[in-house]
Amino acid sequence: MRKLSKPLYGQQNKTAYLFLLPWLIGFFCLTLGPMIASLYLSMTKFNLLSSPTWTGLSNYVQIFTEDDTFQRSLWLTFYYVFLSVPLRLAFALLIAMALNKGIRGLGIYRTVYYIPSLLGGSVAIAIVWRQIFDGSGLVNQSLGWFGITGPSWIAHPDYVVYTIITLSVWQFGSAMVIFLAGLKQIPTDLYEASGVDGAGKIRQFFGITLPMLSPVIFFNLIMSMINSFQAFTPAYVIGDGRGGPLDATMFYTLYLYLKGFSFFDMGYASALAWIMLVIIGVFTGIVFLTSKFWVFYGDNQEGR
Amino acid sequence: MPLKRQLVQAGRHAAIILLGLLMLYPVLWLVFSSFKPNHLIFTNSSLIPTAFTLDHYVNGWRGLQGISFGRFFGNSVLISVMSVIGNIVSCSLAAYAFSRLKFKFKGLWFSIMLVTIMLPYHVTLVPQYILYNELHWINTYFPLILPKWLAHDSFFILLMVQFIRGIPRELDESATIDGCGQSQIFFRIVVPLLVPALITTAIFTFIWSWDDFFSQMIYLSKIDLFTVQLGIRSLFDPSGQSDWGALLAMSTLSLLPVTIIFLVFQRYFLEGIATTGLK
Repeated sequence: MRKLSKPLYGQQNKTAYLFLLPWLIGFFCLTLGPMIASLYLSMTKFNLLSSPTWTGLSNYVQIFTEDDTFQRSLWLTFYYVFLSVPLRLAFALLIAMALNKGIRGLGIYRTVYYIPSLLGGSVAIAIVWRQIFDGSGLVNQSLGWFGITGPSWIAHPDYVVYTIITLSVWQFGSAMVIFLAGLKQIPTDLYEASGVDGAGKIRQFFGITLPMLSPVIFFNLIMSMINSFQAFTPAYVIGDGRGGPLDATMFYTLYLYLKGFSFFDMGYASALAWIMLVIIGVFTGIVFLTSKFWVFYGDNQEGR
Repeated sequence: MPLKRQLVQAGRHAAIILLGLLMLYPVLWLVFSSFKPNHLIFTNSSLIPTAFTLDHYVNGWRGLQGISFGRFFGNSVLISVMSVIGNIVSCSLAAYAFSRLKFKFKGLWFSIMLVTIMLPYHVTLVPQYILYNELHWINTYFPLILPKWLAHDSFFILLMVQFIRGIPRELDESATIDGCGQSQIFFRIVVPLLVPALITTAIFTFIWSWDDFFSQMIYLSKIDLFTVQLGIRSLFDPSGQSDWGALLAMSTLSLLPVTIIFLVFQRYFLEGIATTGLK
């Protein structure tokens, strides 16, 4: 690499920081500053009207020892993440593999399967979901053809979470598109060579497809997990907006929202936010740390 | 043998089409039901309406408390377009610095930028709200638009950095020899070549701003400022007293802009997702 002379380097320094200026302002005013502020607020009582009063760790103590809703919402969110993320990725991989066999009309199929990802985040689709899983909704009508009387999925505290999970799994299209791109990168001669050696389809899947695809799976896993922990709109719209029935839709983000913006207990909400940050950090860290055992980077691939 | 293979192929197509229809069913149900008279919406499970009406669109368009849905659409478009421009400008500037310029602490800033992509928004939510409240920006669009002008969605910086790295450096070098400064290289060489990444950024920003129910709900409570998402949520009453026809009609309309953009720019979409793993 060519070395720049000193004055030119200084010149570039200034230009570079000029280019970075909007991002830097954003980083300090909208990210770093607020992060520090919320850490401070998490150790106070604050309701937006009077100034914050320092209470030390009492918010955290209260959350971990007295707050049953916190525990329920945390377990509910875990349940949602650990059911919906693997299911979504499994579907995505399955359909991507079915589409990858040089099938005709791939473009149309890909579009059709992507549409749910496109629309799924909207309030409109959440309302539709609520309707089709209702007691007399489409799901139960279809079950009725087989003589099964389904429950009212959205009104029943045990079942409503599954309607939210289906909504999430339904949006597997975006992960599928990423898998499709990854599958295209796998050299076909690997399959041919292993076929000559007598490996069956299942051996090939576990021996070639999965390892070669593992960087993409890793990426999808991280992004899906982080996004799922933060789910809000489906819980808010499919439930009654206050976590009901019986806290069965009280996702973590919804609980934080209610604490902060309904009860204006902003110190408490900040403490909840920091706990969420640590939890997401820990899980992301675990995936990163274990990745060296299961993510396979081919030696001819340049690392990012 | 060829016959068997043909059968397998046909079977695979049939399965994929069937599953595809099942996947699209909720969307199709929404669209078709919005044209059915009220008494048929929930009783008639077939898609094609036996009776056809546009009443729901007329009723729904009237909106809430004298504010028409047209206003909500206008508001949503305004927010989304301003967000798109902000993201394109601020993220491309930052991406150029990260991919082409040398400066102090570059590595540090770059890693910080990567970390902010994964940061959950909860942890900045409350102080940001307090900040905007102090600035008297609650019930304005600034809290929704300003972050985009400050490259807060650093995901798009990464997208553009990856893209700029693929542009041959020889172009910059020959421009330097011709006497171009860094800003000229940026505007004359990098930006024109960056257009595909800018389009990807634009469509995702548009869609995410359009669907960003959470921020809109927190920052907007005056009905004349409402967006489409807030309008629909207000038409909808969880206890079951909603005017379902109007609700479904407006929901259908709310999905229209996003769908049209997707179908027009499909190529950029699918390439963008495949190369960067956007949602």
